[in-house]
Amino acid sequence: MTAVDTKARRARSTGRAQPPHESPERRRLRRRREWRNLLSGLAYLSPVLVIFAVFLFYPAIKAGWLSFFNTNVRGLPTVFAGLGNYIATLTSDGFRQSLVATVSFAVMVVPTTMAIALCLAVLANEKLRGMAFFRTVYALPLAISAAAAAVVWRLIFHPSQGILNAFLGIFGISPVGWVTDPNVALISVSLTTIWMHLGFTFIVLLGGMQSLPTELYESASLDGAGRWRQLRNITVPLLSPVLFFVSIVLVIDSFQSFGQIDILTQGGPAGATNLIVYEIYQNAFVHRQVGYASAQTVILFLIVVVLSAVQFRFGERKVHYQ
Amino acid sequence: MRLVQGRLSRILVWIALIVAAFMTSFPLLYAISASLMSQADFNAGAVLPTWPLDFSNYVDAFGKFPLLHYLLNTLIMSLIVMVALLITCSMAAFAFTFIRFRGRGVLFGVMLSTLMIPWEATIIVNFQTVRDLNWLNTFQGLTVPSLASAFGIFLLRQAFRTLPHELFEASQIDGASRFRFFVSMVVPLSRPMLATLAVYTFINTWNKYLWPLLVTTDDRVRTVQIGLRSMQGEATTQWPMVMAATVMVMAATTIVLVLGQRQLKAGLAAGAVKG
Repeated sequence: MTAVDTKARRARSTGRAQPPHESPERRRLRRRREWRNLLSGLAYLSPVLVIFAVFLFYPAIKAGWLSFFNTNVRGLPTVFAGLGNYIATLTSDGFRQSLVATVSFAVMVVPTTMAIALCLAVLANEKLRGMAFFRTVYALPLAISAAAAAVVWRLIFHPSQGILNAFLGIFGISPVGWVTDPNVALISVSLTTIWMHLGFTFIVLLGGMQSLPTELYESASLDGAGRWRQLRNITVPLLSPVLFFVSIVLVIDSFQSFGQIDILTQGGPAGATNLIVYEIYQNAFVHRQVGYASAQTVILFLIVVVLSAVQFRFGERKVHYQ
Repeated sequence: MRLVQGRLSRILVWIALIVAAFMTSFPLLYAISASLMSQADFNAGAVLPTWPLDFSNYVDAFGKFPLLHYLLNTLIMSLIVMVALLITCSMAAFAFTFIRFRGRGVLFGVMLSTLMIPWEATIIVNFQTVRDLNWLNTFQGLTVPSLASAFGIFLLRQAFRTLPHELFEASQIDGASRFRFFVSMVVPLSRPMLATLAVYTFINTWNKYLWPLLVTTDDRVRTVQIGLRSMQGEATTQWPMVMAATVMVMAATTIVLVLGQRQLKAGLAAGAVKG
């Protein structure tokens, strides 16, 4: 590459316009280079562009289109239904119940997971012998699949052979129908989910904590600030970008939970744990009402977009950026 | 913040650490413990297995169910996705970092916008696509839809941007092609972040549930998560055997996590702090 070339590129990279006195020869060369860059850029991007186009953008748009039709058993559109599927969705008790259950589920899961993971991260941030072992143990749930976690918790919740009821029995508490009582089932699914998310949340919070400057704590303890005040007035505010990131991930994850419900409760009892993705799965692949289910996926999509936007605007004001 | 400020607080922190470790690992310990009990002990309400340990549940899980076949299928699927995703995402991240072309900013915005589309909103149509391609019960049906990830591109772009630009200029002066620069400089220098993405992708793919449930209607490429689902549905009373299978399902990703946790932590923290 010639020196002139480099200079031209520098000029472009700083956003300055091309010199007006550029010679036709040089302009031709520049045009050719721009074309070459465009082609090779697209070549490097082509694999991901193809995958995104076929398996993300096309289905997202097609789902929107399908939501305006009644569909046959193979999921192909038959009769134009207008807003029929949306009206049916929004007026159905099942969907409303599913939405309420999903929101209550997120309300139970997200703050609890973050609080427990924050405690774990504070503990694991100490410099003690053998800390590597504890960090690994706290991160472990990260590796466990929804299916495996749910099978283990199903046994823990088992009415007669589960350890939870056996433990309560010691104190004379009568057995609880952890996954069969409509008032308790959602709590049980939440407990399972909180445990599943602990590893990820812990690892991200600990990483954030380790990047905080230590000088602030030193001067705070010289000023006589106790550990609780240091946590509340230094750690949490400085960690807020990370807490914010984790909360978004957890909320969106809650709206997409599926595996643990499929194994623990199949949406029951009486629809108490019929979270939104499970409802969509049932309608699309069990009842084979693809048009109706597509309308619900569009609603789910809008909820996720609005949630991210609201959370972003609301969260950003409270977030401390370094 | 330092919790430990003296002998007493050191002991208290130790106790808290141990209690917390017991609580977080309790479901795993319980699963291992139940998997080593005989059915009779389990039915009698035992909490811990009796000596000598009973490994017959593991023999049964592999003998009565095609558990090994499921595990191999899952391993193949996870390796395909891991390797292919590293290739596609590093190529894309390279284009976004080192090639200047018209429309790059717009394309990057489009790429990031895919983070907003919930995967669940696409499954109905993706299922139809895979069915119409005759890809049900094949590895391509299992893997191809997840061979691109905006998160992966974003993570690798973060790493590529830390490489000094002079490196690129120097390689061009040497007359090296762009592709050679990519393969012999950018990829080797970004090994830590590539390792992060590899660990993360392997664990995530191994643990996939909804998509394999939809596209595997028979045993040919069925993954172990779906195998576990049918097993716990069929063998409803043989909990020790089901727990043995569950322990096998958890073992692979646990090993990957223990070996790769340093990479994973660095990468996830970078994504959260800088992202």
